[in-house]
Amino acid sequence: MKPIIAIENIASSLVTTLWTPIFFAIFIAIVTYALWPRNKAAFDEAASMPLREE
Amino acid sequence: MSASSPTKSMTIGESGLTLTFAVTAFLCVFAAAKALDTAFAFHASLAAAASAASVFFILNRYFERGELPAQEINGRPNYNLGPIKFSSFMAMFWGIAGFAVGLIIASQLAWPALNFDLPWTSFGRLRPLHTSAVIFAFGGNVLLATSFYVVQRTCRVRLAGDLAPWFVVVGYNFFILIAGTGYLLGVTEGKEYAEPEWYSDLWLTIVWVVYLLVFLTTIIKRKEPHIFVANWFYLAFIVTIAVLHLGNNPALPVSFFGSKSYIAWGGVQDAMFQWWYGHNAVGFFLTAGFLAIMYYFIPKRAERPVYSYRLSIIHFWALIFLYIWAGPHHLHYTALPDWTQTLGMTFSIMLWMPSWGGMINGLMTLSGAWDKLRTDPVLRMLVVSVAFYGMSTFEGPMMSIKVVNSLSHYTDWTIGHVHSGALGWVGFVSFGALYCLVPWIWNRKGLYSLKLVNWHFWTATLGIVLYISAMWVSGILQGLMWRSYTALGFLEYSFIETVEAMHPFYIIRAAGGALFLIGSLIMAYNLWMTVRVGEEEVQSPVALQPAE
Repeated sequence: MKPIIAIENIASSLVTTLWTPIFFAIFIAIVTYALWPRNKAAFDEAASMPLREE
Repeated sequence: MSASSPTKSMTIGESGLTLTFAVTAFLCVFAAAKALDTAFAFHASLAAAASAASVFFILNRYFERGELPAQEINGRPNYNLGPIKFSSFMAMFWGIAGFAVGLIIASQLAWPALNFDLPWTSFGRLRPLHTSAVIFAFGGNVLLATSFYVVQRTCRVRLAGDLAPWFVVVGYNFFILIAGTGYLLGVTEGKEYAEPEWYSDLWLTIVWVVYLLVFLTTIIKRKEPHIFVANWFYLAFIVTIAVLHLGNNPALPVSFFGSKSYIAWGGVQDAMFQWWYGHNAVGFFLTAGFLAIMYYFIPKRAERPVYSYRLSIIHFWALIFLYIWAGPHHLHYTALPDWTQTLGMTFSIMLWMPSWGGMINGLMTLSGAWDKLRTDPVLRMLVVSVAFYGMSTFEGPMMSIKVVNSLSHYTDWTIGHVHSGALGWVGFVSFGALYCLVPWIWNRKGLYSLKLVNWHFWTATLGIVLYISAMWVSGILQGLMWRSYTALGFLEYSFIETVEAMHPFYIIRAAGGALFLIGSLIMAYNLWMTVRVGEEEVQSPVALQPAE
């Protein structure tokens, strides 16, 4: 059983060490997506969704 | 019966729920008979009666109905408005009840004789009744009503499920009833904003999972390719409340037939979990949910698009990533490890930015429509709510700074801060949303009286100003008196001297609460008259007919 526990330890310590950069990277990806110039038209349309109801 | 076609048969939901409620009714009668304490017997009896009533209503509804309501009529979605009407009504009812209890306990603090020396009317029992009634009963019903409305409108489909939405709104209000009567009878887990005992918690879990399923399924079957930002906020609210509720409530009942339970962990772990829960209830119940309201109702009322959709995406995710860490600021200078306190403080300060992102987006949506503030008191209410949101989300991070907190903690300053958020932000945005929603769902041309909305606005605003300024002065006074020393190093004031010094501010606070309550009574009358005598809207009669 010992080797498995060791692997788990490595995995869990990697995750606990890396979650800050992982979350940060995800957030940067979201910001990039939000500010990407090609998405602007779609967002502008989405902004007036409440007004487009029948 | 005559309307039913020969092919009519019970849906799985109808037969399943009938069976489940019939069994539950029997089990609850059994539990009531075996009960170890009177409160448990009372609650089990209530549950038995409610289950039996549910069986009756489901069967009655089945025999009365024809086919199930159509998903679309003439190619347009056949919106399900019944559960929304129910929640809107309950929101107004619980709102008045919650504000009234708030006024009672505010008066008890000024004049302690109002405790009446009875256990059921003591401050300790009425206080959780007040907080739960305003946050979870009033706020919760506003969120249920608006989320079911907004998700249908912005997805352009009928709400998922037939009985499920009814199960959610009625089941949620039954939870409130059990929790609220429990507080009066002394049934409590003693965890702030999470007072309900184990059996109410279990029931809420079931209701909340069904709520999530109804909301998600509606989004999944949407006709609109894009998921509007308000739905993101609602979904974050629903999912996170589920996680918080499960995380903070793993309690072990002392007996299956008694109301008392104990939490799985104790001491500082319990405190940390409790305030992880507590502050995220602020973040995801009182913020994310009501920001969803802001993102739909302000553009709709101002007839302007959302100011910056990009900002809405960024501040949404920033809120999600940051809020979950802010809880430890409730435990400054306690047994909680120092680094955890500092972590909570740091994330609380960072939260200032995404909060103001939301405020800026809400306010700037009025670009080009500012003149409407002069003529439309409903829009004014919505906009002032966002201003209060900005104010209290500045004050909050400031109070989370440890040196500031060393003065403000345990004082009335905290109460003032909470109420500028609760009365100003959550209260006003809810009032504004209900003023919009009621004419829409009852198919009325407009409100009965905009003049009365104006009266409500000014009465309530004056009430809030009295409330929060009294609490600022009282809180800072209290904090300064606690920490002042004489030249010889003794405490300068005894505790009772601080209480005496705060007395005038308690009276001012109660007066503010009274004004806020009067405002809500004006609102209830206005909404009632809108439904009773309001002129019916005639445009597009087919698609906008309620399903019920």
